[in-house]
Amino acid sequence: GAAGATGFGSMADTGLLESLLRLLEKVDGGTDSQDVAADLGVDHQVIVGAVKSLQALGEVISTEQKSSKHWELTGEGREIAEQGSHEARVFNAIPDEGLPQNGLMKMPSGKVGFSKAMSNKWIRLDKAHEGGPRVFKTVETIEDTVRDKLQLVQKGQSAKLEDKEKTELKKRKLLSEVTVKSYWITKGSSFSTTITKQETELTPEMIASGSWKEKKFKPYNFEAMGVAPDCGHLHPLMKVRTQFRQIFLEMGFTEMPTNNFIESSFWNFDSLFLQINPQQHPARDQHDTFFISDPALAHEFPQDYLERVKQVHSEGGYGSQGYKYDWKIEEAQKNLLRTHTTAVSARMLYKLAQQEKFTPVKYFSIDRVFRNETLDATHLAEFHQIEGVVADYGLTLGNLMGVLHQFFTKLGITKLRFKPAYNPYTEPSMEVFSYHEGLKKWVEVGNSGVFRPEMLLPMGLPEGVSVIAWGLSLERPTMIKYGINNIRELVGHKVNLQMVYDSPICRLDS
Amino acid sequence: MPTVSVKRDLLFEALGQKYTDEEFDELCFEFGLELDEITSEKEILSREQGDEKAEGASDVVLYKIDVPANRYDLLCLEGLVRGLQVFKEKLEAPRYKRVSPADGGEPQRLVITEETASVRPHAVAAVLRNITFTQERYESFIELQEKLHQNICRKRTLVAIGTHDLDTISGPFTYTAKPPGDIRFKPLNQSKEYTAAELISHYKTDSHLRHYLHIIENEPLYPIIYDNNGIVLSMPPVINGDHSKISLKTKNIFIECTATDQTKELAYRTETLSGDFINKRVGINESAESIAQLLTRMCLRSEVSGEGDLIQVEIPPTRADVIHACDIMEDAAIAYGFNNIIRSTPRTYTVANQLPLNKLTELLRQDLTAAGFTEALTFALCSQEDIADKLRKNIVETRAVHISNPKTAEFQVVRTCLLPGLLKTLAANRKMPLPLKLFEISDVVLKDETKDVGARNNRRLCAVYYNKSPGFEVIHGLLDRVMQLLDVKPGRNQGYHIQAAEDSTFFPGRCAEIFSCGKSIGHLGVLHPDVISRSELTMPCSAIDMDIEPFL
Repeated sequence: GAAGATGFGSMADTGLLESLLRLLEKVDGGTDSQDVAADLGVDHQVIVGAVKSLQALGEVISTEQKSSKHWELTGEGREIAEQGSHEARVFNAIPDEGLPQNGLMKMPSGKVGFSKAMSNKWIRLDKAHEGGPRVFKTVETIEDTVRDKLQLVQKGQSAKLEDKEKTELKKRKLLSEVTVKSYWITKGSSFSTTITKQETELTPEMIASGSWKEKKFKPYNFEAMGVAPDCGHLHPLMKVRTQFRQIFLEMGFTEMPTNNFIESSFWNFDSLFLQINPQQHPARDQHDTFFISDPALAHEFPQDYLERVKQVHSEGGYGSQGYKYDWKIEEAQKNLLRTHTTAVSARMLYKLAQQEKFTPVKYFSIDRVFRNETLDATHLAEFHQIEGVVADYGLTLGNLMGVLHQFFTKLGITKLRFKPAYNPYTEPSMEVFSYHEGLKKWVEVGNSGVFRPEMLLPMGLPEGVSVIAWGLSLERPTMIKYGINNIRELVGHKVNLQMVYDSPICRLDS
Repeated sequence: MPTVSVKRDLLFEALGQKYTDEEFDELCFEFGLELDEITSEKEILSREQGDEKAEGASDVVLYKIDVPANRYDLLCLEGLVRGLQVFKEKLEAPRYKRVSPADGGEPQRLVITEETASVRPHAVAAVLRNITFTQERYESFIELQEKLHQNICRKRTLVAIGTHDLDTISGPFTYTAKPPGDIRFKPLNQSKEYTAAELISHYKTDSHLRHYLHIIENEPLYPIIYDNNGIVLSMPPVINGDHSKISLKTKNIFIECTATDQTKELAYRTETLSGDFINKRVGINESAESIAQLLTRMCLRSEVSGEGDLIQVEIPPTRADVIHACDIMEDAAIAYGFNNIIRSTPRTYTVANQLPLNKLTELLRQDLTAAGFTEALTFALCSQEDIADKLRKNIVETRAVHISNPKTAEFQVVRTCLLPGLLKTLAANRKMPLPLKLFEISDVVLKDETKDVGARNNRRLCAVYYNKSPGFEVIHGLLDRVMQLLDVKPGRNQGYHIQAAEDSTFFPGRCAEIFSCGKSIGHLGVLHPDVISRSELTMPCSAIDMDIEPFL
């Protein structure tokens, strides 16, 4: 975190820091850390450490990194700068009466020094001397130019040497060219020549004693991430569900009790005027429905209502031709996992029709439905259906479109258009499309319609009452909202909890 | 929703107008069709079988158009063109009527014998005379028959259609049923005769026909149609005879339909409704004359009757889906244009109410995350093993609701507790840093004879703590917190308490039952090591599972 990221462990000693600062005080426009090292007579690396310590104090100094090429003595070069070149050392070792060659060769500089001194013509070799070959000086004094040159480099005056000379010394492995990283140091906005020890954190003691007023505090590193809070997380799909609930509540819709996954065919199909014979109607494909083997049958129905449903299916009535087939209670009794929450809407509308006097209602639900269909990246056997229903006298198709416009506006979708569609229990039926700015095309966002009179009138709802309704899935807008392509990454046990931890809050209209 | 594939250029030629893809898409949208895909045979082959197989295939542009499930009259190019041209008032809707043979001869007859009653009791027939096939028309004719078979005929179970070259056969025709051994004929596109029994086994491996064998396979008598000379026309709903097959040269077609049910009559009928009814339901204000015109554009020939604003609407036999005035109202709205209707807010005044159970759930979920637990969302359907063996329970004791037609074991039962889903979520997230703290508040389903359907949902709260040590105290602490949130104090009578219990899912001696106001509402404890390993987990885990409905 910001507080912990700046170490204070390698603090250079205060004396050195203050010397550096005093030096800096005297110069105008700043100085190079290499010059500081030369002036204070310490190794450059020590000054680099001091600069880093001063940087950690805030705005005391400001620095700029530089890099420069620089000639430096090798180990051998330093030795020569101190003790003279090998040839000079050989020359100086020879007394006036000469020295036996084998003794000279045993000297540390013997071999190299001998051949160099020979080629400089400082010495001669008398091979025929009695007692073995002997070396004699040929000149009185010599000038050790190699040592002189190296000493110039040592003093930082390598500029005085010609390039050729430097190349020659480099070849003899006495000099090397190095790249030096140094700092150009200038006074900072809070420059001072004295160092105050910096505190890491404010403590209760400092608050009690008031000592915080005199103290300096180590700056925070605001580039670092904070420490993650220890907390739980809501599931993204449930966050979106909460928002949809909120929207319906804002629009005055009352929540329906959808806590009944098991439904009878009667409420799931027949009450909606969907044909019971699974062979006769495409909308009621047995293959899409999970049927229940235990408990296989529902055993209780509102009897009068059931008779009216039977009649409208098999013979018609209420202005309808009906489907004209042999309606069987045995089919209606079959239990199943509800394929839509409209089964609950049917129960609620039936209940509404039993009131002594009709009152207008607005209902909504968001809950699970089940389909026994082929699974793929966007289809699971269970998903959440969002449904809205309005029942009142004289509702029009224009009203349905108006309500949908308000609903989708709350989701941040304002460009809507409606396509005629076929849905067996609504007439008219409309698919709702919205213009997707990203995809640059119209995409289906929901389905809607007006419930058929063959559904409403047998329930006992008054003739002039219309019921408009619409539905959509919860998963699809959530996948779009959170950028998820595979539904299994959103719903079910295979989700990555990190996705749950990291998902932002849900505001559907932004 | 059926999809019809038509050649674009042929379609535009028939419509007498060229469109851009966008313009045609727009026209479809207004009419309630969907231009689903623009492709070619070559593109389809290349996508399905690779570029090599697609080499040389046709690259004529195809439009794939989704047609609503109620509009069987639009399932071919000719039908689409007719519908669209009438919609655009470029054509008058045709009026279909039965005519007698032009040569003054007797109409053909199809005699239905009693034997068919047990297998496929209904049949109707018709003759198309003086037709001229082109290659395209011929293909469209065959394709339409196939579309009808797949959709309204419910894969031939409900209805099977056979078409024959009338000039190769002679009536009257007989529709009867015979034992499969007694039927023998040369089927369509085969070189020799087979008995019906041989045919069934012959077609077992046919990628297309094998799907229809089951409809009659186990019947003692098979349906069969003969002509006057004993030539087999077809063995519905499986295959036609080869003798009467139609070709490009066919001039007169005999059509037979056999069915399990016969409810519709091929007759026109007239409905009378008021302009006011349509205006009020749609939310428009049009004259009766203009509404009649709108309906006529939808192939529902209409005229004002002269009495008030009454409109007489003629429903053609091709629109079996029009069974109520509301169906007529919809067609008026489509012709008017859904998107031309003024959108208005209903004046319905209501006060919103939350379902108390969902309100409680929402509030508890928020506070459980504040307590450091993360929400899981798991499936309501699972395998028997998940709720029984894996939890060391007997399936009979679970009161589970069983599904009769699951495609895989994942959908055998509805969950009776939330724990299996949470354990699976842990298993899928074993790589996440420990501890893992998860919860879910959702519904399980239990058999309950007091309910009309014999089962009820139960809203439960389940949470797990998964770490190197069992953390019973963490889960116990969560219970205390939940009870605090529900304003239930610790205590034996009016409050809540836990009491040592044995439950096979939990480690012996590490399980307690939760009581609130003297009533058992759930369990908490350290999970049994076998439950851990059967869930493909490796660390100790403690869990709580409780009913929240008593706190409503």
